[in-house]
Amino acid sequence: MTALDLSTTLGNAWFPAPTFTASGCASSGRELAQFIDLSSIGGVVTKSIMNKARSGRATPRMAETPSGMLNSIGLQGPGIESFIARDIPYLIDQKARIIVSIAGETVEEYSVLARKLRAVSGISAIEVNISCPNVENRGLVFACDPEASRKVIDGVRRTIGGELPIIAKLSPDVTDLVSIARGVVDAGADALALINTVLGMVINLDTMRPHLGGKTGGLSGPAIRPIAVRAVYQVHAAMPQVPILAMGGVSTGRDALEMVAAGASGVSIGTASFGNPHAIIAIQDELKQLLVSKGFASLRDAIGFAHRPESE
Amino acid sequence: MVGIIMSLINKNAANVRALVVSNKRVGQYFQLIISIGDLAENCKPGNFVAINVGGDSSRMVLRRAFAISRVSTNSLNGGTMELIVAPHGQGSKWLCNQGEGAELDVIVPLGTAFGIPTEPVHVLLVGGGYGSAPLFGLAELLNSKGCRVDMLLGASTGSKIYAPMEGKRAVNSLRIYTEDSSMGQSGRVTDPIPQMIADSEIAVIYSCGPMAMLSAIDSITRGTDVVHQCAVEESMACGIGICMTCVIPVMQPEGNIAMLRTCIDGPVMDGSVVEWDKVGKAL
Repeated sequence: MTALDLSTTLGNAWFPAPTFTASGCASSGRELAQFIDLSSIGGVVTKSIMNKARSGRATPRMAETPSGMLNSIGLQGPGIESFIARDIPYLIDQKARIIVSIAGETVEEYSVLARKLRAVSGISAIEVNISCPNVENRGLVFACDPEASRKVIDGVRRTIGGELPIIAKLSPDVTDLVSIARGVVDAGADALALINTVLGMVINLDTMRPHLGGKTGGLSGPAIRPIAVRAVYQVHAAMPQVPILAMGGVSTGRDALEMVAAGASGVSIGTASFGNPHAIIAIQDELKQLLVSKGFASLRDAIGFAHRPESE
Repeated sequence: MVGIIMSLINKNAANVRALVVSNKRVGQYFQLIISIGDLAENCKPGNFVAINVGGDSSRMVLRRAFAISRVSTNSLNGGTMELIVAPHGQGSKWLCNQGEGAELDVIVPLGTAFGIPTEPVHVLLVGGGYGSAPLFGLAELLNSKGCRVDMLLGASTGSKIYAPMEGKRAVNSLRIYTEDSSMGQSGRVTDPIPQMIADSEIAVIYSCGPMAMLSAIDSITRGTDVVHQCAVEESMACGIGICMTCVIPVMQPEGNIAMLRTCIDGPVMDGSVVEWDKVGKAL
């Protein structure tokens, strides 16, 4: 294979490949490391970590749906102290590039998390998850409120200083995604993660009640891919200078190339890893082959290619 | 610490293409023999397999988890595993339709295994429905260690009892209970357990079946010296520990309750540390 340049950047962070684990889909990294070499992908986006340990929602936490699934985890995790002590050193040991995802219940919690991460070395970027759908109060989905979104990103930016890139993870469940994206970029986000899962529900016909313990869940998988492609395309059209980490149902190299053509600088893989632990590696290889076969000299040349003028 | 132990557990697992050696109907269930080569040597009673279903263009994106009922390391087809599958949903129906020569994408072996006593003690195996399947492989192993193996099988009705002839050779006694009295004795499989514990020196109960049955056994063994090794079940998306959906509440040595993954910290767990009344609830 030719030496096609697959490297990419998100803010000032450089990655040798544009393929990442999606937040919440690689646990601590150890579980996936039994099947793939974590240093051979672009990077590991960690589960969204909160300040305190959290046990999450009641089971059942998942329901398979046509070409997708609903999850209702509710941000189960060990809390930031344990995460910094145990999970970060492991990932560094594996020579993985690390994007730490953080989530808070208040604007202040995000700043607290940023302060605790500021002194931790070995992190490439911070993903600020302001769009987890699995919280009890929909009012806490900051990404549905332009003003709250700005406040969170502003607080993290002030705390973390100017060095570490901030990636704001947004929800597609909004009326005007571009205005929310613009708001968080103005507040200091260097890049955007698009899209979080889409809020959904399954009714269990045996019990005639919502199937999930948390009633609603986040829809992921190929079922939502066109929504993600649309979101990436719209935001890239409005702000072509802002790098986008795209996710939503990417299962093959062609899916990844669709995201890249729509404007993504990187692609995260989540649900596909549940079905195939080697998915990220396969997608990376397929993407490379596709780029070569289409005559691109580098990944960078293909980013936003679907936006070129009619004349080209 | 849990993370370190977990990462060791699936160290023997691999994602491979495996051929169906045979598939035959057994009562309400299907018995599939699948060729897995040397991986059969890594499989222990209690382990499970995660299988892709529906083919490459399937709209079913998640693997299905099945308990391995038995393995053979030296059959005519090399290493094989046996699965007993109930055609419940779309995925298991697809699997039950795969005939000899069909190729499956499997990850095996996954999860924890039943703990085996170091001495030849008296054990009781309790199976509900086709949850009995992995108990026959376990019975053979326990029998070979010199244990006295008694078995209780139960189901709502006789056609849901899975008890193959060859499996019975490894057990010293087998009693069947059905709730509709259509086979064996009438009642629940858990009914005779208190008396059996009182009458004999049962050291370990191994159980596999519905969560309500496991919980009922725990309430019998709690406060006694009888160890309860149970294979739990919670719906899972990945089977390899990355999706965090298959959790159940478990008491930790530190005195706090943690939501542990049944795919990696289970499916076999010590019944006495499971918080049965909190299963299916948020903590």
